[in-house]
Amino acid sequence: MRFWPRLMQKIAFGVLWGSAIVTISFLVLIIFFILKEGLPSVTWEFLTTEPEAMGREGGIFPTIIATIYLTVVSVIMSAVIGVGAAVYLTEYTRDSGVTKVIRFATETLAGVPSIIFGLFGFAFLVTFLQLGFSILSGAITLSLMLLPTIIRTSEEALKSVPNSYREGSLALGANKWTTIVKVVLPAALPGIITGLVLSLGRSIGETAAVWLTVGGSLNIPISIMDSARPMTLHLYTLAAEGLSLPRAYATASILIIAVWLVNTITNLLMARFSMKLRA
Amino acid sequence: MDAHLKCQIKESIIRGLLFFIACIAVIGVLLIIIFVFQEGWPVLAKYGLGKLLSGTEWMPTSEVYGLLPLIVGSFYVTLGSLVLGVPLGIACAVFMAEIAPEWMVKLVRPAINLLAGIPSVVYGFFGLVVLVPMVRMLFGGIGFSLLTGGIILAIMILPTIISISEDALRAVPRDYKEASLALGATHWQTIYRVLIPAAKSGIVTAVILGMGRALGETMAVIMITGNTPLVPKSLLDPGATLTGTIGQEWAYAAGEHAQALFTVGIFLFVLIIIINSSALIFARKKVGNR
Repeated sequence: MRFWPRLMQKIAFGVLWGSAIVTISFLVLIIFFILKEGLPSVTWEFLTTEPEAMGREGGIFPTIIATIYLTVVSVIMSAVIGVGAAVYLTEYTRDSGVTKVIRFATETLAGVPSIIFGLFGFAFLVTFLQLGFSILSGAITLSLMLLPTIIRTSEEALKSVPNSYREGSLALGANKWTTIVKVVLPAALPGIITGLVLSLGRSIGETAAVWLTVGGSLNIPISIMDSARPMTLHLYTLAAEGLSLPRAYATASILIIAVWLVNTITNLLMARFSMKLRA
Repeated sequence: MDAHLKCQIKESIIRGLLFFIACIAVIGVLLIIIFVFQEGWPVLAKYGLGKLLSGTEWMPTSEVYGLLPLIVGSFYVTLGSLVLGVPLGIACAVFMAEIAPEWMVKLVRPAINLLAGIPSVVYGFFGLVVLVPMVRMLFGGIGFSLLTGGIILAIMILPTIISISEDALRAVPRDYKEASLALGATHWQTIYRVLIPAAKSGIVTAVILGMGRALGETMAVIMITGNTPLVPKSLLDPGATLTGTIGQEWAYAAGEHAQALFTVGIFLFVLIIIINSSALIFARKKVGNR
């Protein structure tokens, strides 16, 4: 073997290993730095009491409720629309002009920056429809943002259901809708749920779009028409206005843990899903 | 017969309902376009495209809306993120697809997924408490700068670039690799002479999508670029981006100022559409079609 190519390979592989290590160390650095500073302040009291003095003192209870509220409402709305759209695209049509338009729209939605969603939500939902700064305005905006992911993952899950299932059900005399509800959807459910959990994470982490549509009230949101401040927005306010650095670290820690939890659940679901497919 | 007819009617109602649901994505896109353009149009019409694009001053309180500082700001942070993020991302993708041992792949992939999932506001916070002081110490200035923004965006676009490039590299047919190795090329020669060229369209797609993400990012940028709408002279100057300006000013903007922010939104929207459509065009090119 010639000497130069071997040496070049050694150097190149060294660089590649190095780049992977650098990438991981970014992650480790970010996570450890924030958790190290933040976790000591994450106490039961911090999680369950209301903020005082604009967040300089007290806990973050209302922002946790706001995040959960927004996430649940937006994921439910987006799930109904997204799974419905995926069923239509996979079960009811072949590739046609209509599906091309729908697909193009979905791809466009996936690329639109969150601040544009925010502007839209502010102009259309908050102002034009007079929903005001509210959980509802925020959740509708978010559900549009989540739609592409949910449609894509649900479509893949539906496509992975073998055709023999549909044929078997239809041959037994079930009509199309019954077949979809009783046979196809249950078989595709693990894949669909994986997509939903994935968008759960995105919903928790979104800030800009929510900022322009939910307002920023620090009260506990009860009604869907209440303004609220989710954790992400609270973190921004705490950090950007320099209100309380320890509380900002603690809030960031909770966000990281939430995202890590969601990711772990997704991975577990995906592992189970692919095992089921192989069986 | 009656039951059959009833059933058919039910089926077509369901079909129609599902069709409507599927169209909500289309309606959403149309509504976004209509409302952003409708709000932003008056300023565009009043001042004209040329004047807006060439205006070097963004002073909305004095009704001066020059977009140049914001465009240059967005351009610099995006460029910075690409310069730092693309080589690292592609190298990481090659590592994952070709030379990483199984245990390493199992370690790195969840790490990259987690990196993708961390909220942008957390990146912004990390940038604020770590990168800003670091840049201030190393390069001088106030630390809030376009360079700092570029660095944090580089980390943020890594997952996009890595996962799409890795998929593209893995999609290259095995024969290519085997033929190259059989001809006596080393593994590295095979990687950069055969695999990377064959996966080129996928890698370009990855870079373009990363660019779109960097250009559209708001929270991280707002927290560390300084939000100073002046045409920056160097990367160490603070600056403002298209996204950051909207985020920074929407809460107190009123009247024409608020409309001008929607005009900024129009520019951002059009830029993103151009970028993403070109990514789609590259993505449609098949592997090996050179």
